[in-house]
Amino acid sequence: MANLRDLLLPKPREERLFTLGDAIVLVLIAVLLYAGVVLAVKAPPSVKGPSISLEPGALPWYTLLSVGRMAAAYALSLLFTLLYGRAAAYNKRAERLLMPLLDVLQSVPILSFLPVVLLSLSAILPEALAAELASIVLIFTSQVWNMTFGWYQSLTTIPKELNEASKIFRLNTWLRFRFLELPFGMITLIWNSMMSWAGGWFFLMAAEIFTVGERDFRLPGLGSYLQEAANQGNLQAILWGLITLILTIVVLDQLIWRPLLAWSDRFKLEMVESDNPPTSWFFDLLNSARLTNWFHDHVLSPLTERIDLWMVRRYPMRDHEGQVAQPFTPTILLGILLVGGLLYGGFRTGQMLLSLPVDQWLAIGIGVGATLIRVLIALLIALVWTIPVGVAIGTQPRLATLLQPIVQIAASVPATAIFPVILLFFLALPGGLNLAAILLMLMGTQWYLLFNIIAGASAIPQDLKFTSALLRLTSWQRWRTLILPAIFPYLVTGAITASGGAWNASIVAEYVTFGGATHSTVGIGALIAQATVHGDYALLLAATLSMVLTVVLINRLWWRRLYLIAEEKYRME
Amino acid sequence: MTDQKPLLQLIHVQQLYTSGRRQFVAVQDVNLTINEGEFVALLGPSGCGKSTLLRIITGLRRPSEGRVLYRGIPLEGVNPYATIVFQTFALFPWLTVQENVELALRARGVPAEERKPRALDLIDRVGLDGFETAYPRELSGGMRQKVGFARAMAVEPELLCLDEPFSALDVLSAESLRGELLELWLSGKIPTRAILMVTHNIEEAILMADRLIIMDKDPGRIVAEMPIALFHPRQRKSPEFQDLVDQVYALLAGQTQPEPIELGSAPGEPGRTRALPQITINDLAGFLEYLNEQPNYRADIFHLPEDLGVDSDHILRLTETAELLGFATIEKGDIQLTPLGETFAQASILARKEIFATRIRRLPLMRWLLNLLRRAEENTLDWEVVRTALELEFPPDEAERQLDILIDWGRYAELLAYDDNRGLLTLEPASVPERAM
Repeated sequence: MANLRDLLLPKPREERLFTLGDAIVLVLIAVLLYAGVVLAVKAPPSVKGPSISLEPGALPWYTLLSVGRMAAAYALSLLFTLLYGRAAAYNKRAERLLMPLLDVLQSVPILSFLPVVLLSLSAILPEALAAELASIVLIFTSQVWNMTFGWYQSLTTIPKELNEASKIFRLNTWLRFRFLELPFGMITLIWNSMMSWAGGWFFLMAAEIFTVGERDFRLPGLGSYLQEAANQGNLQAILWGLITLILTIVVLDQLIWRPLLAWSDRFKLEMVESDNPPTSWFFDLLNSARLTNWFHDHVLSPLTERIDLWMVRRYPMRDHEGQVAQPFTPTILLGILLVGGLLYGGFRTGQMLLSLPVDQWLAIGIGVGATLIRVLIALLIALVWTIPVGVAIGTQPRLATLLQPIVQIAASVPATAIFPVILLFFLALPGGLNLAAILLMLMGTQWYLLFNIIAGASAIPQDLKFTSALLRLTSWQRWRTLILPAIFPYLVTGAITASGGAWNASIVAEYVTFGGATHSTVGIGALIAQATVHGDYALLLAATLSMVLTVVLINRLWWRRLYLIAEEKYRME
Repeated sequence: MTDQKPLLQLIHVQQLYTSGRRQFVAVQDVNLTINEGEFVALLGPSGCGKSTLLRIITGLRRPSEGRVLYRGIPLEGVNPYATIVFQTFALFPWLTVQENVELALRARGVPAEERKPRALDLIDRVGLDGFETAYPRELSGGMRQKVGFARAMAVEPELLCLDEPFSALDVLSAESLRGELLELWLSGKIPTRAILMVTHNIEEAILMADRLIIMDKDPGRIVAEMPIALFHPRQRKSPEFQDLVDQVYALLAGQTQPEPIELGSAPGEPGRTRALPQITINDLAGFLEYLNEQPNYRADIFHLPEDLGVDSDHILRLTETAELLGFATIEKGDIQLTPLGETFAQASILARKEIFATRIRRLPLMRWLLNLLRRAEENTLDWEVVRTALELEFPPDEAERQLDILIDWGRYAELLAYDDNRGLLTLEPASVPERAM
């Protein structure tokens, strides 16, 4: 857990907080959104959703559908990651645009795009297909960025001698990928994949239960099952749904991720044996099975051997150094087209934004403020309980072995899955939706904080703990001089992810259709949802862009600075 | 092996790199020929560009200027007839010994049925049979380097390049591996036509090579070539051998020059700014104390690595520092403590600080920094500002290193203080009143 932070979070690469690349990227996003909104206008006015059966017998089928969506999105993410990361890592010119793009994209609240994506897809495709595609695209966008970042970072940190050895021994692109890049990046890739799946569940649930006014974009699946169950107040069905969900997540963990982790231990770069390598009973089982060994020796090995030889003969190594500059014209032509498109799109976007009356801009401002307050409250509550609990777990191994599995299972349940259940209880209360919204943000984000704090606390060196005991520091002094500084970098890392998640959750949380009625509260998320329902596309565009801009600015001006301070001052080497 | 057919030629090779507006020379005007049948050692202190040169020779890097000819033909890209044994082994940790060796063959399209026996034979020949399925992390340093050799031999290179192949090994494995390599080479059992070894270990170079190419830094260049005509097996303790070692040390340590030349100029002034050697005060004090105990306060530099148990690179940096500060003079491979050096070695902690302070104040680089601080508001400057100023004179990495040395030495001498939290350099009150020189 201790090096999780290094695996998951990119190092701040440049000190400048806002670059030209960022500006271009923001315009690009605005134009894309505009195009989506234009399409969304043509979306059918009403969409009938599927009827969701609450029979427990339907659950396996629903589970399969949900997992299938996740798997499709993940496959897409993996492909994107491998290609994009490679392009950014090996092409200096591409890197200058691709990296800021990635950086902005990963801090953009993806759920705010859901209405636009859904509506624009449903304008050109049959509804069922549009909803499926939109959900896959959405999950993809929630999974892909951290994976790409991790992969890119692996590629750029391959040790120099290994790089040189691969050139001297003339590994071509394929062999290089197979024997150097993939093994070297494997551990990071697997950890990031696990994170991505966890995040993916959150969005899958949100995408499955999405309704916009008359348009019901729900998809048959675990998420919609839970929502329907809550809608009808069917506690038994809720229980069945939750059990299935947890079971699915645990099974995936045991049969896929744990074995992968145990297997990937061999890709550690350290030249020493690790103390306690990750273990997996399923991996040991597979490893000792005759069948898998036979498969490896008689199918896999000969196959890869063939592929290797064919690749080496077909595509011998090319030297990057010896290459002459690429032909120029297509690049320039493409550039001109892109810039032209951007300019036109930017102009139309601006026009649409200018047509928005002042009072609506005011509403957007108030909405951003209200959501910001909710995000802050959720973050604060999360901090209040996760710091003491995380430190306790991180510093006391016995407590850790007891609580870790419980925490992990609790954390694995996507907050959006329980949201309908929460609504069931909270909507009756005064200011209920407000509370429920904060609760959803809290549930979606506290785990990032908790896990990071546990990692930070368990990384406090033993000798420092002894020293503070020898100095007879009071418990407050100990917190101030040792514990808080030690966990600070981890805290910041966790908080960055947590606040991003909270913004995302606002879209689902602030405007809900439940039990036949629509409930909403003041907030930017509610505004976005409302604008979608009423077909107010100028407002939708403005609100979404405002939210994107707010989140990016907060990240750059606040979180990144904190992160730099944390890296410089409180990092324990 | 006496035919003099050139295998590889470097003609007026230069390696420059730019940082900001300045250009720095990593390797200056190198002309070099490696003939068939030759074992050449490229010798020099760290930072002299010998590794850069090796990468140019193998085609991993393209020189900024000049030509690289292999068998008379200009080299394009990575040289397919050359291979490298790396200092840090560069084995793929996720592949077994056998897979590591096989990878080199696999990349050349050798099919499995031919590849496997060849790899096994090589592993056998370097004495690693029984370890075919071991992962590199299970092996000792010496065994890992054997895998490195086996892998390099697998592709039957004409030119075998060794990049400090023994420096990451313990003394015993290094010695035995050297012997084994020499035996393979001298017996002519391998198809290798020439060996080029980069090293900073003087004895190792003289023990193995037919010819030494000696390089120096600032800028990286070849300063001498020296044929080694001794017969194999060479005896380290023989007078001829010792004499050669002494000669090379004398070449590398240089002669103490008149002070203005020795000290160089301050940044911004015409002339070269001399880079300070990276040495901690503790090491320097220990070194001077050692010299102080020697008869006549004098020592043969080439004996020092063995007597003090540090490598030759470190010794050369120590002698350079002692010379630069006027604590010792160097002549013909001998180092002689000056009266000032004696005083320092015998002085108390406080007196040492004072002597050290007066000496480093004479260094143009330190003088420049102190003046800069004196003129600054509240005698305080940002670390970043000073580093940027130094970048006018040094490449970025070197600028940072120089500033760190300045801070280290200045702190010890109590000339300046440094607040790491805020990154601020401040003049110590004691050195404020002094007028700018």
